[in-house]
Amino acid sequence: MPIITYREALRHAMDEEMARDGKVILLGEEVAQYQGAYKVSQGLWEKYGSKRVIDTPITEEGFTGAAIGAAMAGLRPIVEWMTFNFSLQAIDQVINNAAKYRYMSGGQIKTPIVFRGPNGPAEYLASQHSQALQSFYAHCPGLVVLAPATPYDAKGLLKSAIRDDNPVVFLEGEMMYAWKGEVPEEEYLVPIGKADIKRPGKDVSLIVHSKPLKAAQDAAAELAKAGIDAEIVDLRSLRPLDEKAIYDSVKKTGRCVVIDESWPVASIGSWVAWLVSKNCFDYLDAPVELVSSEDVPMPYNHRLELAVQPSAPKIIEAVKKVMYLG
Amino acid sequence: MPDLYKPEIISVINDDGYADPAVDPEISNDDLLKYYRLMLLVRIMEENLLDWQRQGRIGFYAPCTGQEACHIAAAAAIEDRDWIFAQYREPGAILLRGWPLRTFFAQTLGNSEDIMKGRQMPDHFGDPEMRFVTPSSPIGTQISQAVGAAMAAKLKGDDVISLVYFGDGATSSSGFHDGLNFAGVFKAPVIFFCQNNQYAISLPLEKQTASENIAIKGQAYGMEGIRVDGNDFPAVYKAVKYAADKARNGGGPTLIEAVTYRLGPHSSSDDPSRYRTRDEEKQWWQKDPIVRFENYLRNKGLLQDDYIESLRASLQTTISETFREAEMVEPPHPETLFDDVYDHLTWNLEEQKQELIHYALGEGGRCPWQI
Ligand SMILES: Cc1ncc(C[n+]2csc(CCOP(=O)(O)OP(=O)(O)O)c2C)c(N)n1
Repeated sequence: MPIITYREALRHAMDEEMARDGKVILLGEEVAQYQGAYKVSQGLWEKYGSKRVIDTPITEEGFTGAAIGAAMAGLRPIVEWMTFNFSLQAIDQVINNAAKYRYMSGGQIKTPIVFRGPNGPAEYLASQHSQALQSFYAHCPGLVVLAPATPYDAKGLLKSAIRDDNPVVFLEGEMMYAWKGEVPEEEYLVPIGKADIKRPGKDVSLIVHSKPLKAAQDAAAELAKAGIDAEIVDLRSLRPLDEKAIYDSVKKTGRCVVIDESWPVASIGSWVAWLVSKNCFDYLDAPVELVSSEDVPMPYNHRLELAVQPSAPKIIEAVKKVMYLG
Repeated sequence: MPDLYKPEIISVINDDGYADPAVDPEISNDDLLKYYRLMLLVRIMEENLLDWQRQGRIGFYAPCTGQEACHIAAAAAIEDRDWIFAQYREPGAILLRGWPLRTFFAQTLGNSEDIMKGRQMPDHFGDPEMRFVTPSSPIGTQISQAVGAAMAAKLKGDDVISLVYFGDGATSSSGFHDGLNFAGVFKAPVIFFCQNNQYAISLPLEKQTASENIAIKGQAYGMEGIRVDGNDFPAVYKAVKYAADKARNGGGPTLIEAVTYRLGPHSSSDDPSRYRTRDEEKQWWQKDPIVRFENYLRNKGLLQDDYIESLRASLQTTISETFREAEMVEPPHPETLFDDVYDHLTWNLEEQKQELIHYALGEGGRCPWQI
């Protein structure tokens, strides 16, 4: 199977869907001639032209609103936000509008749009460029929220997202763009709403999504050396959430560490931790642990920014707690 | 009758480097030389910063090369008590306000000497003591904030105005519309200073706006719009001084479009050859604001070639030495992470801090950030 990057996987997904359906367009800042701020859309402008791959003026609210109107009129726009941090300038269009039209119109209006771009911390970007904003969107009924962490999942989920008739918020990650993995040549879709066991194990469940998957994998490898067999459940889809996959894992292991690079208050991580505490209470051998970002804005200094985020040692420390080890 | 849609571009320095005394603004010789030295310092410093970024010694940098005259003249034409809201391409403005180079480098590195405690990106320098607000990364957000500061000054009866810098790209943002509309309605003492450097990352001006130019946008909001040659130091100085005097005297806001060119990359992660030609860049190098200012000063008898050479050499030495010293300074301690989230350390932040210290300095001294 070919090994490609997460970035290429996203590009292939958009390319295939644009070839398949002439109603799919891509718009955002720098997506056309410049090939995307992170080169995700490389080659698409040459292939599909300025009518379908559109560079916009700098106004997230403007091009997000335009995408909503275009979707109502029958197109299937993909909106690229240069980062989710700037999606905050467009959040009114997403939450008050895209997420509501179907409901407000009694089911008559649909807004099939994919809002995508890098989310979460990268490096040297400080507080206004590093936020993990998944819970802002996952909080809101009417939106689908996806967060793939491998090239395989990125491609399969993006294709599903483009075909979905609901507005989909699709969270990528600057650090993940260069990650590599196997992606089949033949067409496939990854279903929305399905978690994936990235590592089977029997002693403890690590529930994770997005970039911290790597830290969870590093932690699991380290724990294996100490004879602890961790299971990694990658959520992939945050709304809808595959609760069954989570409970099946926790019922098997009896111990649960949730990892989420957002802030801890009212996050996906704290929501999952509550669900597990409630629905797996009789199976749990220890209280659920949450490894999140420290509850502070992101600093710039590299030493500090690393200290803020979930890391393998922090995950190991949490595993030791749920296993009552020293 | 001037064409309102195409305001003339104000310039002072002519092609031969001379200024007509009738239009030349009054600036003392000492000040002129001070501004020249600062422009040269910024030019050389940024060449170094881009090299250091490539060597991995700093994380990121967005140079203002080509816009030295533009942003320094604007800052020079207002008073130290006035607010400056920067976008990020204005290093000369904070140096002019009095930041020593060492302070600047501490901020660029985000080390423990940084008054911003290693919290902000390079180019996002600020100092509230100097009424210099740290740039806000989301484009355009500083524009309405500058108006608010100006309205507050007016309300308090302070003789203080606001100068807000932004790019041509930022004129598409809601912040631009909100800011200009508010300033028009409330007659706020503010100068909207647009550095039209022709590009927003790769996007050329004509794809940003269908307006003939940016200055005319002022009219729609009920204010004067002025176009000025941004590579002409005295011309920019003159335009901003005019707008500042007007604002101070109750005349309200002005939109100034300084026509310039970003000679360097958008930032250390950009490659301009992807979206513009070398020829175009060469044409603008012909209008290098530093060379034009040099000619102007030479013609005034204020500058000799041997002085320029020795100045370059001494600036380079100062820059290299100061940076080397700044690099030796320790990063901020991870304990400082939890400060300034609120006005005091809340109990839950205190708890997180203790936990982090326990990881970092506890048994075995394991450091989570060394993984
Ligand atoms: C709201 C928002 N969207 C996108 C960006 C990404 N971005 C950073 S700089 C920039 C271009 C700004 O252009 P301009 O205002 O002309 O200033 P210049 O960089 O040319 O000085 C963009 C799009 C951002 N910082 N904020």
